[in-house]
Amino acid sequence: MLEVKNLSKTYNGKKVVDDVSLTIRKGQITSFIGPNGAGKSTLLSMISRLITRDQGEVWLEGREIGSCDSKELARTLAILKQANHIELRLTIRELVSFGRFPYSQGRLNREDERHVDEAIAYMGLTDMQHKYLDELSGGQKQRAYIAMVLAQDTEYILLDEPLNNLDMKHSVQIMQTLRRMVQELGKTIVLVIHDINFASCYSDRIVALKDGRIVQEGSVEQIIDTDVLRGIYDLEIGIQEIAGQRICTFYA
Amino acid sequence: MKLRTLIILFTVLAITSLFVGVKDLRPWEMFSWTAEQQQVFWISRVPRLISIIIAGACMSIAGLIMQQLSRNKFVSPTTAGTIEWTRLGILVSMMLFAAAAPLVKMGIAFVFALGGTFLFMQVLNRIKFKDTIFIPLVGLMLGNVVSSIATYFAYRYDLVQNISSWLQGNFSLVLQGRYELLYISVPLAIIAYIYANRFTLAGMGEDFATNLGLNYKRVVTIGLIIVSLISASVVLTVGSIPYLGLIIPNIVSIYRGDHLKKSLMHTALLGASFVLLCDVLGRILIYPYEIPIGVMVGVIGSGIFLYLLLRRDAYAAAS
Repeated sequence: MLEVKNLSKTYNGKKVVDDVSLTIRKGQITSFIGPNGAGKSTLLSMISRLITRDQGEVWLEGREIGSCDSKELARTLAILKQANHIELRLTIRELVSFGRFPYSQGRLNREDERHVDEAIAYMGLTDMQHKYLDELSGGQKQRAYIAMVLAQDTEYILLDEPLNNLDMKHSVQIMQTLRRMVQELGKTIVLVIHDINFASCYSDRIVALKDGRIVQEGSVEQIIDTDVLRGIYDLEIGIQEIAGQRICTFYA
Repeated sequence: MKLRTLIILFTVLAITSLFVGVKDLRPWEMFSWTAEQQQVFWISRVPRLISIIIAGACMSIAGLIMQQLSRNKFVSPTTAGTIEWTRLGILVSMMLFAAAAPLVKMGIAFVFALGGTFLFMQVLNRIKFKDTIFIPLVGLMLGNVVSSIATYFAYRYDLVQNISSWLQGNFSLVLQGRYELLYISVPLAIIAYIYANRFTLAGMGEDFATNLGLNYKRVVTIGLIIVSLISASVVLTVGSIPYLGLIIPNIVSIYRGDHLKKSLMHTALLGASFVLLCDVLGRILIYPYEIPIGVMVGVIGSGIFLYLLLRRDAYAAAS
């Protein structure tokens, strides 16, 4: 279980994350939604020790992450940030192999190789595994990064805007894969996501943030609601039920 | 390029280097050499070869490490001010202790190199405008400022001649007993190989590295220490060799990618071969005189650098 208690972060006198407490349930997809500047990414970065927190605690499987060894933590929790412009010329396989770093420190044994093979196959990259990252399209790149996270073999996977810069087809592919990872591999996934329709269709739980605070959290039915969304986005959002899924209409 | 091709090229150049020079030494007469010929061979030619190999290989490795840690293809000891700081360090050591032992000089040069390189990395962290070309320009400017300070003090203390001898690398001054400090670079290159995976991981950025449990700051510090020690030992013994740390890693990156574990051997061999070639040419072109290695590498290297820059633009336009 991942538990966040009273987390706060201040930048230049402005509280970006303000006393946030929440519990992430195992084996589910939890999405953080909210307008720009709501503190979603900052919250995710604090949970995954990428940035320091001013206040609060993060408990992972009964241990405070501040007291965990960073390498050990890397075997339980993985984070992928949105700005992934790696400028190094690495092949997909080399990148994915780095996912095994917390286990092997770079010297891969047979089990590591197996994990790498599986992760590459799972993301459908086997045929192009020796291609360099700078030869790939945006969607392929994103799949390569997720393959690396898969090879890292952590129970918790945190993704900061995984659909950024992806077209519709690739976005759907990524979200379907995340869904499969939860169902087949029992992963716990936390997303920061901007497209509320993707959040609606693929999440188990949604956490809505605004001005650094949690406005509301709950199931899709509870959050994808005209009144609740108005409170988050200051926007009149109609909800249509289509094929059992709640679709937000806010384009006109 | 295959590793085997590179090894053959390197070996041929290394052997050629041993038998090129004012004193005629013919390999097939090796066993009938006079005592004088043997002396020239062991006191001058062999040390020269060894110093070229170590300096060429290690400066290239230093450049490679810097490019990965700064995440910029155009950062190297030459373009980050490391060399200029080293020179200032040597000057300071000469001003403070006129007859300092080489090891003391190197220690002070190392401290200056490390401090200067850290300063550059700090500046790099603060810059918002992270253009690939802009960053090395900042380094060059920083280096020039340090260089003028060094020149000023050199004039005041009558050390201009000494400073200029470090301005341009020169292997003709390498003799037995005067270059051994260079050996310090060998274990450093080995440590670099052991840390190869970590450097590449650090090159993917702090967030990425932290996610995989890497102590990012420590790895960067170790990398900069290696770079500074190599620079200090090379500049002190043979002088600075411009562009080397810039062009060699970039060429290797094109055909081997950026995984340090994969590219380190190639970088070392290609760096050593390139300096060997430049040195042999420098000895042949105006025979019986010699063109200093700094000039040779500078001329050929700047041409290659220009090509790499233009290639980058063409590449950017195509993609």
